[in-house]
Amino acid sequence: MLDQHLAALPILLPLIAAPITLLLGRSLFAWVFATAISAIACYFSWLLLSAALTESVLSYAVGGWPAPWGIELRVDAANAFVLLAVSALSTLVLIYSKDSIEKEIEPSKHTLYYTAHMLCFAGLSGILLTGDAFNLFVFLEVSSLATYTLVSLGSDRRCLTAAFRYLVMGTIGATFILIGVGMLYMNTGTLNMLDLAHRIDIYESNRTINTGLAFIMVGVSIKLALFPLHMWLPAAYTHAPSAVTAFLASTATKVAFYVMIRFIFTIFGLNYVFDEMGMDLILMVLAIVAIFKCSYMATVQSNVKTVLAYSSVAQIGYMILGISLGSVTGLMAGLIHIFNHALMKGALFMAVGAVFYRVGSVDINAFKGLGKQMPLTMAAFTIAGLSIIGVPLTVGFISKWYLVTAALEQQHWILAALVLAGSLLAVIYIGRVIEAAYFQKPPATQDSKQVKEAPWLMLAPMWALVLANIYFGVDTSLTTEAARSASEWLFQTSTIAATSSAEVPQ
Amino acid sequence: MGDLIDLVLLAMLAITALQMIFLKDLFAVVMLFGIFSFLSALIFINLDAVDVAFTEASVGAGISTVLMLGTLAITGRKEKKSAHSSFLPLLVVCITGAALIYGTLDMPPFGHPNNPIHEHVAPRYIEESPKEVGLPNMVTSVLASYRGFDTLGETVVVFAALIGVLALLGVRRQEENDVPESGFKAHHVLHVVARFFIPLIILFALYVQFHGDFGPGGGFQAGVIAAAAFILYTLVFGLSRSFSVVGPKFLQVLASIGVLLYASVGLFSMYKGGQFLDYSKLATDPIVGQHYGIIVIELGVGITVFAVMLSIFYAFGSQAERSNIQ
Amino acid sequence: MNFILDYYNYWIVVFLMMTGFYIVISANNLIKKIVGLNVFQTSVFMLYISMGKVNGGTAPILVDGVTLYSNPLPHVLILTAIVVGVATTSVGLALIIRIKRAYGTVEENEFEKQDDAI
Repeated sequence: MLDQHLAALPILLPLIAAPITLLLGRSLFAWVFATAISAIACYFSWLLLSAALTESVLSYAVGGWPAPWGIELRVDAANAFVLLAVSALSTLVLIYSKDSIEKEIEPSKHTLYYTAHMLCFAGLSGILLTGDAFNLFVFLEVSSLATYTLVSLGSDRRCLTAAFRYLVMGTIGATFILIGVGMLYMNTGTLNMLDLAHRIDIYESNRTINTGLAFIMVGVSIKLALFPLHMWLPAAYTHAPSAVTAFLASTATKVAFYVMIRFIFTIFGLNYVFDEMGMDLILMVLAIVAIFKCSYMATVQSNVKTVLAYSSVAQIGYMILGISLGSVTGLMAGLIHIFNHALMKGALFMAVGAVFYRVGSVDINAFKGLGKQMPLTMAAFTIAGLSIIGVPLTVGFISKWYLVTAALEQQHWILAALVLAGSLLAVIYIGRVIEAAYFQKPPATQDSKQVKEAPWLMLAPMWALVLANIYFGVDTSLTTEAARSASEWLFQTSTIAATSSAEVPQ
Repeated sequence: MGDLIDLVLLAMLAITALQMIFLKDLFAVVMLFGIFSFLSALIFINLDAVDVAFTEASVGAGISTVLMLGTLAITGRKEKKSAHSSFLPLLVVCITGAALIYGTLDMPPFGHPNNPIHEHVAPRYIEESPKEVGLPNMVTSVLASYRGFDTLGETVVVFAALIGVLALLGVRRQEENDVPESGFKAHHVLHVVARFFIPLIILFALYVQFHGDFGPGGGFQAGVIAAAAFILYTLVFGLSRSFSVVGPKFLQVLASIGVLLYASVGLFSMYKGGQFLDYSKLATDPIVGQHYGIIVIELGVGITVFAVMLSIFYAFGSQAERSNIQ
Repeated sequence: MNFILDYYNYWIVVFLMMTGFYIVISANNLIKKIVGLNVFQTSVFMLYISMGKVNGGTAPILVDGVTLYSNPLPHVLILTAIVVGVATTSVGLALIIRIKRAYGTVEENEFEKQDDAI
């Protein structure tokens, strides 16, 4: 029974849990229920990844109708891997939320927070596992609406304008994706991703399909916060509640990155997108600008959440740089960074949220002296920060390693140097916070009795992520195996789509 | 003749849209949007999309316009002069527009029956669905059965909107004494007419709900029409009366039940050994199973849409009352 | 001439899309942005429905004696998209009401000024 429906369960669990969470009423029940469901979904996503690594592809025909007449869920190593990251983060953030939202969200809205979180999780899972282009749009909107709601739950009124701007930009992005899918549908007659891959290939140099590709890329780039379409991100991450930022920073943009990978490799095919349309150069240039401009912006912010927000946009630049290289190692670097960045940023934002919980502010001045007053929290921040910089023994090092290797494989010496230079900027923006915490005295106005260590419900998930940072930095077998399988499979099926114009399923 | 109507309607739409750019009175802009929505519904009818026209008219010209007016009541109806220049937006729009026109050049010509989208997936829907699913309305067959997962997603989107509006606005329980009475208390004609119409509207909503298998209609349209009946009641008799008839908490429960009803049909199919949402497993005869499945999920959709639309209206209405607007 | 007849439908729809898009990105008032967003989305729906039309066909509801039907699949997609659109609009409008209460204005340049002053 479990085996038959394994592909569908990670979506169904949070989807059905969301209305039940609303019905539960009391926030304590909502929290326990939501966390339990998220943990079970995480377990299923683990089983799904194991199955995808052995069988290459799992297919599930919803409604019993075979694709392309019905909607198909299609799981391979790439989306199962990302789903594992998303589910794990969801569970950890939910555990963390119980205390965190006490100080940041009105009590009457706690149940709504958990419901919205479940909806967002369900939407993200749906985007990852679906094999139908229009179904992707529907789940994209489910997760987006939930995200706008989550961001608007913050305590500062600027979260409202941030949420509105995010809503407008996000909806424009989704509408662009809809236009692109429409153009593809118009010329192929199908919405199923695999079917689209086979049929697009027949119509070479079709202006409508070219335009469709362009619109889809722009739409996904908005969701991905690829420079210069990232304007919604800093304000949204800064003013949203800390638990929300911890979840979104680790998952939402990564899922958009997966969507881009799926469209480039599986649906359109690498030849078409990179060689014929020249998108690899565009992506490479934008990635480099993102890395440097945003790392620089991170060094001059006074609000630590904004520092981390700009850092996130820079990290997305690294991922895009990985795929723009067009090689198995490059794609592998991008995929592995999805998982690793979730671990790093999740821990960082959780640490900053703990600081807000105790101190009430996340300005860099509020961090002064916290090394002594909140030792565990700042130690977590430090280790995760070292990971972002790319120090060996952390997952950040692994990501940078594969990225540099991929660049060197193609003799892009300058690119490799640029990646390393970006790390220097990270040293600055992480270093500022560490310096304030360990080498400066707490401000005289602060009531030092109140500032003690964070509650253990917040520390435990934070440290789970930090330890994962170190564990997967030392024993890389799981992540590299999954990322490599995913990358090789994506390349393999991409070539099939490009060359086998003979076999068109009827 | 159809082409001529099409052309005229499109021209009217273009004029309406252009006017919206230049008008500063937001009330007029919202009204123009209502007109735009109605004209698009007419175009949809002309293009043979009757279900879509029905939905666009009720949702676009109905709900969206009402909500916009509700918001306007709180924020004010004049737009101020914009400080920044319109050069950059115009540039972006021209580039995007040029890209789109470029994209239309290889599009299959409008209306030709041999276009790619009529060749591959669609013939099965048109030829087989009356036999496989057993309903005359092919759109309902595809919506509820073949692509039922999308429709579940859509119902969840509606539910997500409810969560969003509740999180942002909440719904205050109206106390009789401390809030000024809203509603058109003194207008007896409105009371009489409303009392006459509301039951008819509800009856029509039920008709649309269950007749969606045979003609245009279905859960979404029915839910919106039923909500419209109660919105009319609220406008005429006031929020507090409306709350005692259908309360906000009850609506939240209803919305959740609708989604759960839909999902439980899918779960029941799994229990019977099929895939999620495989209705053929619901009864010994697959066609009968399809019918059961479709009726129940459409009911789930209708319940959720009704509850959510009415809740959102309540939330906006409570805000307007707080602003002491009649 | 035939070419124009085949494509004018798409071009006018593109014009409508761009009008809506222009309103979204250039309007200062938030409500006008939402109106523009809706115009943009509704025009995209018209593009999809135009693809489904078959000359000489009729609505895709089985009727005795009719053999040529328009394509039902775009109709299904757009039904979903319309509902998604109104869901987004309601959340957007709720945000506008909250912004008005928090800032006292819904003109973008005015509340941006208030934010920058912090």
